[in-house]
Amino acid sequence: MSELKGIYALWYRETKVFLRERSRVISSIINPLLWLLIIGGGLGSAVSFGGVNYQTFIYPGVLIQTALFSSVFFGVYIVWDKKVDFMKEVLVAPMRRTSIFVGKILGGSTDTLLQILILFAIGFILTFVGVMPGLHLTVSSIAISLAFLLMTTIGLVSIGLILGSQMESPEGFQLIISFLVFPLFFLSGSLFPITNLPNWLAPFIFMNPVTYAVDGIRTILIGEQEKVIVGAIQLSPMLDFMIVTLFSIIMIGIGTYAFKKMKL
Amino acid sequence: MPIIETKKLTKKFEKMIAVDTLNLQINEGEIFGLLGPNGAGKTTTLLMLVTLKPPTSGTATINGFDIIKQPDKVRKSIGIVFQDPSSDEILTGYENLKLHGWLYDMPSDLREERIKEVLDLVELTDRKDDRVKKYSGGMRRRLELARGLMHHPKILFLDEPTLGLDPQSREHIWKYIERLAKEKNMTIIITTHYMEEADKLCDRLAIIDKGKIVVLGAPKQLKKDLGGDIIRLKANALDLDALKKLSYIKDISSCEGEVCLTLEDASSHLQEILNVVGKIESVEIRSPTLDDVFLHYTGRAMREGTPEGSWAEKMMHASEKT
Repeated sequence: MSELKGIYALWYRETKVFLRERSRVISSIINPLLWLLIIGGGLGSAVSFGGVNYQTFIYPGVLIQTALFSSVFFGVYIVWDKKVDFMKEVLVAPMRRTSIFVGKILGGSTDTLLQILILFAIGFILTFVGVMPGLHLTVSSIAISLAFLLMTTIGLVSIGLILGSQMESPEGFQLIISFLVFPLFFLSGSLFPITNLPNWLAPFIFMNPVTYAVDGIRTILIGEQEKVIVGAIQLSPMLDFMIVTLFSIIMIGIGTYAFKKMKL
Repeated sequence: MPIIETKKLTKKFEKMIAVDTLNLQINEGEIFGLLGPNGAGKTTTLLMLVTLKPPTSGTATINGFDIIKQPDKVRKSIGIVFQDPSSDEILTGYENLKLHGWLYDMPSDLREERIKEVLDLVELTDRKDDRVKKYSGGMRRRLELARGLMHHPKILFLDEPTLGLDPQSREHIWKYIERLAKEKNMTIIITTHYMEEADKLCDRLAIIDKGKIVVLGAPKQLKKDLGGDIIRLKANALDLDALKKLSYIKDISSCEGEVCLTLEDASSHLQEILNVVGKIESVEIRSPTLDDVFLHYTGRAMREGTPEGSWAEKMMHASEKT
């Protein structure tokens, strides 16, 4: 019982802080819009994949991108908590480290899912005005995508938390963007089809768990309805989901361990 | 059985030993002080006891639980007020307290009652719905204190509890701490470098210097052990040999470039002393303080310099400017 209350406390704090920090909420809307409208619009005038226009094609990728950036970043906010000593207050409380980790995951996932919901609303509007034809946003496709995104987010938040728990200063942020977040994004098939990849590139993409999240969501939001190959590897969404779940379970395992070993 | 017992507790950092084979026994219900200059190892000791820093060697038991083997159980028995701010700036004062109540699994009606009580104590009731970001340094300090006091743990650690507070709020806090110890039979461990605070609050205290206990005892006893009053003489040249012949002088020592004499009933002997030592610039008679105790055992004054790096004081300065 006490553990649950503690987990709730951490979740409450993260969610409150997120909603109060306007800049985080606003950038979470602006950034995907830039991708959809500018990259999507610009490139889209020249290329299209799998029978849908480029904006429609990258929309699932942009969903994942939002999850990726916001989740990993959420984790490294821990470094801030350490800096302002809020972490001490939490670590000295009568809670298991595992519960602290769970509370953090829930908080981070909530932040990310709120952003994703905004993105679905944007997707709805863009589909309605005809920018993204072929995108099937129905109650069931959104619900299944959310399940996918939640599972992916849990794994990604865990990565962030693992890194954050081991980092001592915020200076490492930039390195994480360059060496982890961008590669995970670019190597996921978010922006281009991964059917005819050069040999050297293919292994990286297939090793990337994010690839399967993109593949699954793209199949659900576009492929199944259009009955076309949309450039992904086209595993069944079920298999995609299992791979993503496996990834998240492993990350939770490592994260729990990292939290137990965390030093101030 | 003591409620806190440290056994050769030691913490080494790369080049220095912060806490050196510390053996301490603290009894239930007492207010125990760790007194010493900055860098003496007080905070490090505290952080080890509350399970936030692992000791290099040795261990301690708190409420019967080992800090290394049973940290979860130790954490259930304690509360701590940190020296540095650990509240969330984006949340309000009230929200920070509520969060604390949840983390410590307090029933909701008790939580609300205590929040009200501690907010009153630290005089933040009318600012409770402001974000902590808008608080001054002193207000943050008070909020921090309110939070640590809120859940009435069995053992409460206070790291420099009144640092940077004005004398009036300091008095309030002291009274509340004393009441907690008395009414709840709470054991309270305070680190401080304020002599006055240690003297007034602590049942017993340990003076710590360079990671070691220099002397331990009740403040009254420690002062009494010095052997009476102190006469402090300032002069260019003193006839020390003449002083040594006076049998009632128990101790002659140099303190910060001056000479300190320890003796009983100083005022009645003053004339004779002044007659023999020769020309002096100034003289001072007083009852011994904990400063003298520290000086006596370490040969240095405690008040060397101001506490550097203390956030509260820095913040106080910053907020005074605005």
